[in-house]
Amino acid sequence: MSQQLVISHQDIYQLRRGWRLQWEAIQGCHVILYPEGMVKLSATAGAILEQVDGHHSIADIIATLQQRYPGAESLADDVVQFIEEARGNGWLAVKEVHCG
Amino acid sequence: MVNKTTSPPLWLLAELTYRCPLQCAYCSNPLEFTRYQNELDTDAWFSVLRQARAMGAAQLGFSGGEPLIRQDLEALVSEARQLGFYTNLLTSGVGLTAQRVNALAEAGLDHIQISLQAADPELAQALAGSAKAHANKLAMAKAVKAAGYPMVLNVVLHRHNIDQIGDLIALCDELGADAVELANCQYYGWAFLNRQALMPTREQLVRAEAETNRWRETLAARGRDMSLLFVVPDYFEQAPKACMGGWGSIFMTVAPDGAVLPCHSARELPMAFPNVKETSLQDIWYQSDAFNRFRGTQWMPALCQQCDDRDKDHGGCRCQAYLLTGDMNATDPVCQHSPQHGLLESLIAENSHNTPDQATLIPRNARQSKQLQGQAEIQSGLRQSGLAAPSPRQPLELIYRQ
Repeated sequence: MSQQLVISHQDIYQLRRGWRLQWEAIQGCHVILYPEGMVKLSATAGAILEQVDGHHSIADIIATLQQRYPGAESLADDVVQFIEEARGNGWLAVKEVHCG
Repeated sequence: MVNKTTSPPLWLLAELTYRCPLQCAYCSNPLEFTRYQNELDTDAWFSVLRQARAMGAAQLGFSGGEPLIRQDLEALVSEARQLGFYTNLLTSGVGLTAQRVNALAEAGLDHIQISLQAADPELAQALAGSAKAHANKLAMAKAVKAAGYPMVLNVVLHRHNIDQIGDLIALCDELGADAVELANCQYYGWAFLNRQALMPTREQLVRAEAETNRWRETLAARGRDMSLLFVVPDYFEQAPKACMGGWGSIFMTVAPDGAVLPCHSARELPMAFPNVKETSLQDIWYQSDAFNRFRGTQWMPALCQQCDDRDKDHGGCRCQAYLLTGDMNATDPVCQHSPQHGLLESLIAENSHNTPDQATLIPRNARQSKQLQGQAEIQSGLRQSGLAAPSPRQPLELIYRQ
């Protein structure tokens, strides 16, 4: 099953159809909205998911965030770990997956 | 009393109408729904949507009754979507056409949830009172899928359809559902009235849950991504649910006539609720006695106040406490520590000897609603004049009809 696939830096994901990322000013955070549900996201999770747009690969996302937060350590691991978690939660659809 | 710790609402349930072409005996609408015929008009609903969104609500359910009866549904969806709501339509599917599915999609609707009564048309008709509804539901489920919506199907389970659970899951699989809610009905509104005829036996529940688990394995083995949510009736639990995530905590319902409720069943409680025709949603949420009444832990009975789970389950469900004990401040009897928990065990035991008989179901329709109101008035009149002997067989119904 797709859940068991190892994430490669070349993979491209997008939000699953019907799932929506949105900034909520009143809560002061990004949220994921889906059928009858909503999850409030941490600042990091929001920053990563904003880049998950069906065009940028994991490597692109890491590079973008590295540029934005030059001091951050282990960013690549954080991104991969979060994408794994988001995929496990069923928030993401695969646009392109590379074996390896 | 202004509660400074109150957080904003996240979820608005817009019950657009109590009108419905179906007559499901487990409907959660209030028994006296015919009393509230003065529905909010389109502009009033626009105002509700704008106010709720400005306060922070992001999830929106259009429900009822049957929301498709409202001809302004597309306009409401469109306004809601532009405001940034995630819009869910909770429907029986009756009144839906392929054109309307597409019109709603164009208006920006995010999700349609269709409810099924049964796996076959005969039982569906017996439960919902419509011969055509089942076939239409199946056709509309396909249209919803074809239009690209995420598809969540909902089945309310009870003793008359729970043994069909395997067929129900197979049907949902065939229809291409992404998720299926197999929710045993909870006993509020019409379901409380029909509780005896609806309540499954413990054996039925155990079998149904085992069958659901077998299906989960089968689906997983096939690589089919269809989640199955199985909900047990509260009465069979030992710990109460954190109802609505806490009273006035994240959720509000606006009823067809504009009454604002902390949940869609709260209207059954012996208390007054504010109305958007007179008060702003902001004031209702933060300032009203009704919304502040069961916030926090101050209101709780000592048993709950001393319990480590008080912030987890919030004392359980107020409506359930009221319907079962006649006291809306009581610990929810679902809690094993409640002095009234034994009541549920005897109900379950008593019900295990009954044979299911659909004829005893009282259909949810306007005629029954008016009749029940008439009976309630006679009952309460007799009680006041001291003439009514309490019926030993139906003490709970008596409490309910007060």
